[in-house]
Amino acid sequence: MHPIIKLLAQRLSLGLLLLLAASALIFIGVELLPGDVAQSILGQSATETALRNLREELGLNEPALTRYFNWLFAAIQGDLGTALTNGQSISKAVGERLGNTLFLAFWAAIISVPLAIILGLIAVRYRNRWPDKLISAVTLSTISLPEFVAGYLLMYLFTVQFRIFSPISTIYSGMSLGEKLSAIALPVMVLVLVVLAHMMRMTRAAILNVMQSAYVETAELKGLRPFVIIARHAFPNAIAPVVNVVMLNLAYLVVGVVVVEVVFVYPGMGQYLVDHVTKRDLPVVQACGLIFAAVYIGLNIMADVISILANPRLRHPK
Amino acid sequence: MPDILLDVRNLKIGATVYPPGEAPQDIEIVHGVSFTLEKGKVLGLIGESGAGKSTIGLSSMAYGRGGVRITGGEVFVSGRDILKERPGGLRALRGREVTYVAQSAAAAFNPAKKIIDQVIETTLMHGLATRAEAEARAVGLFRKLGLPNPDTFGERYPHQVSGGQLQRAMTAMALCPEPDLVVFDEPTTALDVTTQIDVLAAIKEAIHATGVAALYITHDLAVVAQVSDDIMVLRNGKTVEYGTVSEIIETPKEEYTRALVSVHAIEHEEKKPTGEPVLKVENVTARYKGTNFDVLKNVSVELYPGQTLAVVGESGSGKSTLARAITGLLPPTKGRITFAGRELSKELKDRKLDDLRELQMIYQMADVAMNPRHTVGTIIGRPLEFYFGLKGEAKRKRVQELLDEIEMGTGFIDRYPAELSGGQKQRVCIARALAAKPKLIICDEVTSALDPLVAAGILRLLLNLQQIEGVAYLFITHDLATVKSIADSIAVMYQGAVQRYGGKTDVLTPPFDDYTDLLLSSVPEMKLGWLEHVLAHRKMESAGN
Repeated sequence: MHPIIKLLAQRLSLGLLLLLAASALIFIGVELLPGDVAQSILGQSATETALRNLREELGLNEPALTRYFNWLFAAIQGDLGTALTNGQSISKAVGERLGNTLFLAFWAAIISVPLAIILGLIAVRYRNRWPDKLISAVTLSTISLPEFVAGYLLMYLFTVQFRIFSPISTIYSGMSLGEKLSAIALPVMVLVLVVLAHMMRMTRAAILNVMQSAYVETAELKGLRPFVIIARHAFPNAIAPVVNVVMLNLAYLVVGVVVVEVVFVYPGMGQYLVDHVTKRDLPVVQACGLIFAAVYIGLNIMADVISILANPRLRHPK
Repeated sequence: MPDILLDVRNLKIGATVYPPGEAPQDIEIVHGVSFTLEKGKVLGLIGESGAGKSTIGLSSMAYGRGGVRITGGEVFVSGRDILKERPGGLRALRGREVTYVAQSAAAAFNPAKKIIDQVIETTLMHGLATRAEAEARAVGLFRKLGLPNPDTFGERYPHQVSGGQLQRAMTAMALCPEPDLVVFDEPTTALDVTTQIDVLAAIKEAIHATGVAALYITHDLAVVAQVSDDIMVLRNGKTVEYGTVSEIIETPKEEYTRALVSVHAIEHEEKKPTGEPVLKVENVTARYKGTNFDVLKNVSVELYPGQTLAVVGESGSGKSTLARAITGLLPPTKGRITFAGRELSKELKDRKLDDLRELQMIYQMADVAMNPRHTVGTIIGRPLEFYFGLKGEAKRKRVQELLDEIEMGTGFIDRYPAELSGGQKQRVCIARALAAKPKLIICDEVTSALDPLVAAGILRLLLNLQQIEGVAYLFITHDLATVKSIADSIAVMYQGAVQRYGGKTDVLTPPFDDYTDLLLSSVPEMKLGWLEHVLAHRKMESAGN
C-alpha cells in the first residue's frame, strides 16, 4: 500500500477517536451541572412526583452510561434530540443555523486566506522595508481591536456615514445570493480583519525560514526575479506551517464568531448556542458542543492531510 | 592575445560581524585579489575554510552570501564590469552567462520540485530554448554525466536520487543554459571517495566537451590538480601563490603551499597486538527496528589497549552502525561485545556507569555536539562532575589541565563554542571525552568536516594523547589517507560486513580484494594525470554513485 494512504487512514481514525473522546467530555460536563433536564423544564417549584414522572418519561433514570450511548447513537444517525424550550427537533434548527454560519465563514475564508498569503508574500519580498512594516502594522492593529469595536466602527462607517450596507445582517431563505452577500458584507469584513494577521504573519515567518535554505540561494544565482523565488521556490516548502494556521483560523470562523453574530444580529450557530445557554437548554448545548468539536477536529485533520500531501518525500517515496 | 573571459582586479570583499556583547564591526575578508581566466580554461581556487575562496567565486556572479558584500575592485565578465550592473542586468548574467554548482547539491535542490523542472528553469526563463528543446538538452547532459536512465531521471524528486547523482544533476543544471563560466564550489567534498572520483571524471569530461570555462573551488589540492589548468592558493583572503598546475604541485614556492602539498605525510608505526583486547566484537548482527534487513552482518573485530582500529567504508557500509551497536544505541540481534574484560549489556539502559564512562565518543560535527549556550569550561566540566563528582576549584583546575593537553591554553575556559574555530571545537570535544578517563574513544569521522591542515593537527593530537593516556581509538572514517596516518589495524566494511581485516600493513599490502582496491585507488593523489590513470585501471563500479 502507498505509505501516504496508510498515513491518511491513521490520521482519520485518530480524528474519529478524538471526536469520541470529545463527545464523552461534553456529556460528562453537562452531567456535572447541578440539576437535570426535568428540573429545568418544570422549574424550582416543581413537586417531587411531577419530577419523578417526567424523569421516567425522558429516560433520565437510566444509568449515565446508557444515556450517553443512546445520545451518541442517535447523534450518529442525525438525531440530536429535542430542545426543551420549544420542543422542536434540534437537528432541524441546527441544520439551518449551521448552514448560515458556514455561509458566513465560507465568504470570510474565501477573502481572507488568499489575501493573507499574498500579503505574506509581499511582506517577504519587501522584508524590513516599508511595505512589510505597513502590512504588519495594519494587520496587527486590526487583530488588536476587539471584534465588537471593529464591528461598530464598520457599521458607523458603512451604514451611517456612507449608506452602503444594512446594519442588520439577518438573512432568510427567500433572499437571492446578491442580497445575502450584501447583508453579510459587514460581518465578513470584521472576520477578515480578525483572522488576517495570524495567517499573514505565519506565512511571512514560514517563508522567511525557508528563504535561508541553500535552494533559495540557488534560485537567486539562477537570476530569477525575487517574487518568482518567493512564490515558486520558497512558498511550496512553507505550505505545512501555513496550512495549520489557516485551518485554526477557519475553525475560529465557524466556532468563535458569537460576538460578531450578536453585533450584526446574524442567525448563526453562535447566537443559537448563547440563546440556549441562557435558557439552560442542555440538550441544545450538548448538541452544539458536539458539532463545534467535529468542525474543529475535521479542519485540523484537513490541515494534517494537506501538510502530508504537500511533502514530496511522502508523496513520492523512494 | 588570449580571449579573456573573467578578469578580476584588486577584488576586496567585506562583511559585518556581530561579536557577542560588542557593537557590530565591519571587517575585510578578501584583501585585493586579482586573477584572469581565459575562455575554456579551468582555474582552481584552493585554501582552507575562511580563506575567502567561495566568496571570491561568488563575486564572479556579483553575489555576496549573507552579510558579505564586495567593497572594492573590478570584476569583468566578457569585458563589462558586473559590479556596476543594476539588479536587472545581474539577473541576465546569473544563470545565463555564469552558473553555479554548490557544495551540497542535496540542499541546493528544491525538495518540492522535480529535478527536470529545476534543471531547465533558467534556460526557459532567459528564453534560450523552448521547453522541448531544453528538456532534450537536459537529457543529453544527464547522459553525458553518466546518470542512470537519463530519459526519465529528471522526472524524479531530489530525495529520490543519491548524493552523487544530485551533484551530477546540479552540474547538468549549471551547463544547461550553455553558460560561458561555471563556478564549482567544492562539488565533490560531501561525497564518498569512490563517488567523488566518478563525479570528478564526469565534471572534467563535461567541461572538456562543452568548452566552458570554470572556477573550481576546493580545499583538496589533490582534487583540483586533476581538473585545473591554473591554481590559485588563497589564505586569509590573500593570494599565497598563483600559477599553472605543474608549478604549484611540482615546484611550490611558498611554505604554505608546500604544507598543503605534503599534508598527508603523518607517519605512524604499526603496533602489534599485545595483552588482552580492550574491545572484542564477536559475530555481531544488527538491524533497525521495523526493517527486515541486517545492517551489520556477523561483524567480528578486536582492539587492543592503546591502539587504533580504523573502520573504513563508504556511506551506508555500516561503519557508524557498528559504533551504535558498541555504544548500545542499537542493540545487536546476535553476537557479543566484550569491553575491558566484561561483557556489555546490549541495551544502553542496562549498562553500568563505569561502562559508560570508559567508552566515550567524539563526533563528526563538533558544533552540534556541544551546547552552544555552555562555556568551554562547563562543557568539559560536565563529565568531571557527573563521573567523578568534582566541583568548584577542583573541577576548574582539572578543566585547565585538559585544555593544556589539547594544546589550547586556559584562556578558552570561559569562551562559548561560537567563538571557536572548527578545529578548536573538535579539540574541546576531545577534551570532554578525555575528561571521563576512558579506555576507549570512538571517533566517528572526526576530521571529515575539517580542512586538511587542521585535520592533520587533530590527528597528531590524537596520536599524542594516545601515547600519554594509553587510550584506544575505534576510528571510523571514509578517508583512507587518515587511516594510513594513524591506524594499527584496519577493518574494511562493505554492505554491513567486514570485507578485509588485519594489521595495517597486511590490509594495505596487495593482493587486494576488488572493493579494497576500489577504495584505495579512489583516494586522490597529488599527481597530475592521476584521475585518468585510475579510471583506466578500475575493476569495479562504486556502489554509492
